[in-house]
Amino acid sequence: MKFIDEYQDSKLAKGLAYKIAKHSTKTIRLMEFCGGHTHAIMRYGIRQLVPKTVEMRSGPGCPVCVTATADLDKAIALAHLPDVIITTFGDMIRVPSSYSSLQQAKAEGADIRIVYSTMDAVEIAKANPEKSVIFIGIGFETTAPTIAASILTAQQEKIDNFYVLSLNKLTPPVMRALLDSGEIKLDGIVCPGHVSVIIGSHPYEFIPKDYGVACVVSGFEPLDILLCVDKLVEQIENGEPKVEIAYPRGVKPEGNTKARQLMEDVFEISEANWRGVGFVPQSGLKVRGKYERFDADKAFSVSLEPPREPKGCRCGDVIRGAATPLECKLFRKVCAPESPVGPCMVSSEGACAAYYQYGAPENFQGF
Amino acid sequence: MGDTILLAHGSGGKLSHELVEKNFLPFLANPALNKLDDSAIFEASGRLAFTTDSYVVNPIFFPGGDIGKLAVCGTTNDLAMNGAKPLYLSLSAIIEEGFPIGELEQIMQSIKKAVEEAEVSIITGDTKVVNQGQADKLFITTSGVGIISPGVDISGANARAGDTVLLSGTIGDHGIAIMSQREGLRFSMALESDCAPLNKLVSQMLEVSSKIHCLRDPTRGGLATTLNEFARQSKVGIVVEEVKIPVKEEVKAACELLGLDPIYVANEGKLVAIVDPSDADKILAQMKRNIYGKDAAIIGEITKEHPGKVIMKTKLGPSRIVDMLSGELLPRIC
Repeated sequence: MKFIDEYQDSKLAKGLAYKIAKHSTKTIRLMEFCGGHTHAIMRYGIRQLVPKTVEMRSGPGCPVCVTATADLDKAIALAHLPDVIITTFGDMIRVPSSYSSLQQAKAEGADIRIVYSTMDAVEIAKANPEKSVIFIGIGFETTAPTIAASILTAQQEKIDNFYVLSLNKLTPPVMRALLDSGEIKLDGIVCPGHVSVIIGSHPYEFIPKDYGVACVVSGFEPLDILLCVDKLVEQIENGEPKVEIAYPRGVKPEGNTKARQLMEDVFEISEANWRGVGFVPQSGLKVRGKYERFDADKAFSVSLEPPREPKGCRCGDVIRGAATPLECKLFRKVCAPESPVGPCMVSSEGACAAYYQYGAPENFQGF
Repeated sequence: MGDTILLAHGSGGKLSHELVEKNFLPFLANPALNKLDDSAIFEASGRLAFTTDSYVVNPIFFPGGDIGKLAVCGTTNDLAMNGAKPLYLSLSAIIEEGFPIGELEQIMQSIKKAVEEAEVSIITGDTKVVNQGQADKLFITTSGVGIISPGVDISGANARAGDTVLLSGTIGDHGIAIMSQREGLRFSMALESDCAPLNKLVSQMLEVSSKIHCLRDPTRGGLATTLNEFARQSKVGIVVEEVKIPVKEEVKAACELLGLDPIYVANEGKLVAIVDPSDADKILAQMKRNIYGKDAAIIGEITKEHPGKVIMKTKLGPSRIVDMLSGELLPRIC
């Protein structure tokens, strides 16, 4: 079993699509909370395979997109400090912020380097002892353990010029925040794939319990997603919301204990600022006191102007699922991958980038 | 001579001459180059094709090749994609001070092999050396001249509705081989770049058909970008079928891991051909006879619908737009 072809089998996919269509009588809305899912749903044309009764909406699942403008402004300000090297995941570089971007700062002479993993940032710190190397820590529970591990590695190897700007966020709290707001009604949640590898499925149990919303953890291949939708439809049609795992080869109910231990050792839970959602209590990770010498927030201070959002940009609404990219007046006309206005168009995990790249089925006949 | 390049090697004096004589000429020797005049002189008449490219690839050595092989194949292929027989290349190198001469010799050896296989000659060149930090180890620029036979008219603007789209082999090999060398992305499989000179493949295709309308090698931006270029230049629509696009298992696996789509990954030894449908089967059979076309396939067709757009029928059935690559191909974060 190679786990790719089998999960992209078109006969099985058609079979699942047929089963879903047969059982779906109610008009329902599902939301995914993972940029990888947003992308996969568009890439594999899942919306065209599920019946019209099933609407799929993208929620806050893109690590670059949910990073608040104020936090990006801080990263840019840090980049301009003397003897600082900023290390970051690639997509962050192109996001337009209040007055600048990391890309612009780089062109102005700031030392900003793209890394593929946090350990690369630690290596850069080792190779440049006279500089302060700050890693912009974004992502959800998926990247948090590796960032934690990098801090522990830096401590072990006595690397004292490595810092993390901790902007990692937690998924279950933002799910609660969106459900509490009631802005859009949700019937089911496509639970994130890689986040659940780490946290397992237990953290979602409050969702069927407190809100009556169905929850199924999904993988990333088309059959994974269709199976997830099938299970969600079944739960909703039977009126029996619960938490199920439709990605058993990746996710166990208890998750990855070792990874969580790393996270809990290095980080403590704090409030976090989510683009489009605002401050959500207990939804972010902050470096714990015992590791505070690695905390960029403690080691550096920068003064910032009040943040500004680009005029007309609806990234916030798109992130919350309150609007689709097609409802943004700037989409495609002004905002495009080569000239992005907001992060949802920049990031490969952003909804706008996915809609742009793959073409929204609603808009398909327009060519 | 020591074992690293010094600034003096680029200054035109004794060391420069030594560098050319000891480290370049032995690998490239041909009558025009050996003269070492300021320009190389050659005769040619007919329609000439002329192209240039710079190579700044990092890492400079990768599985299946190096920057030297890439440069020769890249420029040779650019000429071949207009139906030209590549004749002569120029080779300019900007070398960072401190670059190991042993590595330079390795690259020259690669260049020699590539030039021999492609049956072209490097007849003029230049070397500059810059301070450490001013060039990323080695930059190479090659220009090339080729000659086009009468009657051959190949251009990205020539696609017509009804034409067949052919692909010479598996996509994504080169880009993934490069990524596999970068720190932090080590795969345990032997995946090599497909870097290769395609001029002989093209001339064999031209032998069996005069109805080849377009040719292009899908380098940076991948197959998707090349198809979009054709769609825009020719003002036609293109429809391709995902199941027909050949992709190696290892490339598929690496792409799934990184969250990449193989149709956007660079290739350095493949071509896309748009041909009259009546000759498609004949051309395909001919391609398969060449080692660089052994996995060739028909992947789609040209349509007058949705001009300027490329649509792909996915494995599962639904169709989706295939746009050009925007920005950079980056692995997923979360």
